[in-house]
Amino acid sequence: MAPQRNVAVVSVAQTPHRRAAAGLSETEMIEPAIRQALDQVGATIDDIGFVCSGSSDYLAGQAFSFVMTLDAVGAWPPISESHVEMDGAWALYEAWLKIQSGHCDTALVFGYSKASPGDLPRVLTRQLDPYYYGPLWPDSVALAGLQARAMLDAGAITEAEMAQIAERNRNAAKDNPNAQLQGSPSADELLTAPYVADPLRRHDCAPITDGGVAMIIAADDAARKFSSRPAWIRGIDHRVDSHNLGARDLTRAPSIAIAAQHAGVADGKVDVAELHAPFTHQEKIVRTELGLGDDVLVNPSGGTLSANPVMGAGLIRIAEVANRISAGEADRGVAHATSGQLLQQNLVCVLEGE
Amino acid sequence: MSDDRTVSTFPEGVWTQPAVTVPALEGEPVQRVTIPASMRYDYSPGLTQTRFLRGLEQKKIYGERTPGAEDVYVSHRGVDPVTGVPTTEVVEVGPNATITAFCVVHIGFGVNAPPTPFVSALFLADGAVVSLYGTVGEVEYDKVRIGMRVEPVWVDDDALTTSMENIKYWRPIDEPDVPAEQLKGHM
Amino acid sequence: MGANRVAVIGCGQTKYTAIRGDVSMPGLIREAAYRALDDAGLTMDDIDAVVIGKAPDFFEGMMMPETYLAEALGAVGKPLFRVHTAGSVGGSTAIVAASHVEAGVHERVLTIGWQQQSVSEAMWALSFPIPFQQQLVAGAGGYFAPFIREYMRRSGAPDDIGILVALKDRVNALKNPYAHLHEPEISYDSIKESFMLWEPIRYSETCPSSDGAFAMVLGSEKAAEQAQAATGVRPAWIIGTSMKSEPATANGRDQITPQAGKDCAADVYRQAGITNPLEQIDMVEMYVPFSWYEPMWLENLGFAAEGEGWKLTEKGTTQMDGQLPVNCSGGVLSTNPIGASGMIRFGEAAMQVRGQAGDHQVDGVNTALGHAYGGAAQFFAMWVVSAEKP
Repeated sequence: MAPQRNVAVVSVAQTPHRRAAAGLSETEMIEPAIRQALDQVGATIDDIGFVCSGSSDYLAGQAFSFVMTLDAVGAWPPISESHVEMDGAWALYEAWLKIQSGHCDTALVFGYSKASPGDLPRVLTRQLDPYYYGPLWPDSVALAGLQARAMLDAGAITEAEMAQIAERNRNAAKDNPNAQLQGSPSADELLTAPYVADPLRRHDCAPITDGGVAMIIAADDAARKFSSRPAWIRGIDHRVDSHNLGARDLTRAPSIAIAAQHAGVADGKVDVAELHAPFTHQEKIVRTELGLGDDVLVNPSGGTLSANPVMGAGLIRIAEVANRISAGEADRGVAHATSGQLLQQNLVCVLEGE
Repeated sequence: MSDDRTVSTFPEGVWTQPAVTVPALEGEPVQRVTIPASMRYDYSPGLTQTRFLRGLEQKKIYGERTPGAEDVYVSHRGVDPVTGVPTTEVVEVGPNATITAFCVVHIGFGVNAPPTPFVSALFLADGAVVSLYGTVGEVEYDKVRIGMRVEPVWVDDDALTTSMENIKYWRPIDEPDVPAEQLKGHM
Repeated sequence: MGANRVAVIGCGQTKYTAIRGDVSMPGLIREAAYRALDDAGLTMDDIDAVVIGKAPDFFEGMMMPETYLAEALGAVGKPLFRVHTAGSVGGSTAIVAASHVEAGVHERVLTIGWQQQSVSEAMWALSFPIPFQQQLVAGAGGYFAPFIREYMRRSGAPDDIGILVALKDRVNALKNPYAHLHEPEISYDSIKESFMLWEPIRYSETCPSSDGAFAMVLGSEKAAEQAQAATGVRPAWIIGTSMKSEPATANGRDQITPQAGKDCAADVYRQAGITNPLEQIDMVEMYVPFSWYEPMWLENLGFAAEGEGWKLTEKGTTQMDGQLPVNCSGGVLSTNPIGASGMIRFGEAAMQVRGQAGDHQVDGVNTALGHAYGGAAQFFAMWVVSAEKP
């Protein structure tokens, strides 16, 4: 028993990623990306067999927030539709299952958030164990600091390497018109900055971002109809690790390695990888768990360090790899998405050209 | 206390861990902890709702439509929900409206609710294709009908803000009822 | 249905009650999960993936709780998936779980829907004021009551049909040990005399607020055969699944009998080969949070012509001994842990097919429909389960 259909990413579109999409509702913010993803392949919602989105009520600050965004899809007459309270990468996974099940040939997927209404590091504390961690309000940057410290102590990374990761990502973002942060001082200069949460400096942390991404996937003939060079999903898998920080080796994320194995990362040469690492040191963890060699181009988009719309940032990684494959710049790529604190939950997707 | 307390309540044989027991508790078990959480959100209403709310401040009800389209939506999300296309053309609707559906509320909800019983209703402003929420006043609750014509009653001019609360309630006007069949699809 | 056969091979649920203060959220979920695993003759080690669903995170005061629950769900090292589609979520979650097997990705999937509203303040979660939004000063019933009134106007139904539904469901609940409300003294008169909340909805015609969880194990054809051999209980084959959505408001949208509900029913019937639902479906677990929604959904689901649904209720067709028993478990009117309510409908339908419903079992159920809806009656999820392998 194994999935039988060839499914590909055929169209992607992103909103501009900004600190605050001031003046826009979530619906108004994501609508242009949905419209563009459809328009690029000459499709309307009537051509789409299934719609799935990922977003978070806690970020929006209200219950059932996704109900309003449905209006941007144009769901009349009624559509086949679902929603995950996860990053859009998992919405893609649900849509991929739907197509593999034979229920449809095409799907629209999107993920988005406005982090700007709330205080993101504080909001994210509400995801922690409510008995032991929640009452302490340990914000996401402080937690990441624990992880970075563990890596430094284990000799798994240096602060200089972390600064180099920041510099490389943000300089790469200069070619990404949607990126929030573009360009970087040199790693040496970055290392002179004060700590935010020792050993993390400001450059080690992803920005706080409003934004989103929309994507169309299609099977076999439908994919070829929509795209001259579809980015075929050759493997996709996701796994979760323990939530208990004390029970984890924070320098590792074993769920990434398991997902990578099931997705078949090692089955061929990897030209490009987009890794969902909101903190510099996490890129090293993801890269190591995926088993990527030094020859792999990592985060040519600038990565999450350059634009971090929570609930969309994972799906954006898949979109960026698909873009490079469809543009003929790469033949095979790996995208990674994460959810939860400190890389607890991870999805790995392998994409290929023809 | 000497009896061990069994922690697991699961059926036997379905978990690969051995059964867990811990020494008996001294005193009452903790069954509840209160963990207050407080977060501040600064919402932005969006372009369309901003235009709508600014209109209310002027005692005007602004709907919107997609350029070239007929349907005027009011208090929506900035897109035509049928097509998903942004509504950028502002069209004043109302102020008179028709009751498309209602119920009689006998329990109070929230600080803004009127004394019970009151009528909570949907109001189709003239020129719009879907209804607004509100309450009905200046008429006995058991005299309200589907199709009844109404107008908004605004707060005093010096109390006008960018808020739906500018409309205190809606009251009947002396116009013939709209046949209920014409209101289907506009609630 | 799609590429690979899928069956329900295990069901388990908690006792539903207003406050399950004796268990934590992980404890509540595990109670249902282990009962489902036990029913399937499996342990957590046999499970390939876990798919969970619940209604808004503010209900428990926890953001994306699935990551916190990874260990409690036995999901560490496995795929863990979280669905949220408003009130239909329990049904949607079961469908997403089924697609894991249907797609050929996994053999055995554990799926759980739950809500433990008592750990937070659900009314607060639903109604904290967003400054610029239209405020409904009348609560959830105030949203749906106008549509019920309009249904009554259109259909000309006698005004006690809602009482008959409430009485039936609450009496059925007495046969279900897990149901939240057990009211042995319930009567036509006691319902009629109960406080009028949102005219025409009386207190006894509304659902309670419950804590609880429902879990199922879904398996491939091979897994189903193995489970049947091990437990002696027949699988409930899933022969149709569908999710349909429409906007909360749209020109032409009919809140009384939403098009998405009609389309969703047509979609599952087509997959299941059902052309005459009243004849071919043996029982229904239907999402009825306010009593009048039974006749409304009977029409929306094609069991009766428009305006005629109340006649089935009035003549007893939906009673346990009627032609089309509806909500033998007591339904949402007797038990409503929102995030689980849809899955309870889907799971109770499967239990009827498996012959596991105990005192509320209907004889000879071969084909059953599970139904859930949410939002402004705009999100629908349905499945059809059958004793016969498709």
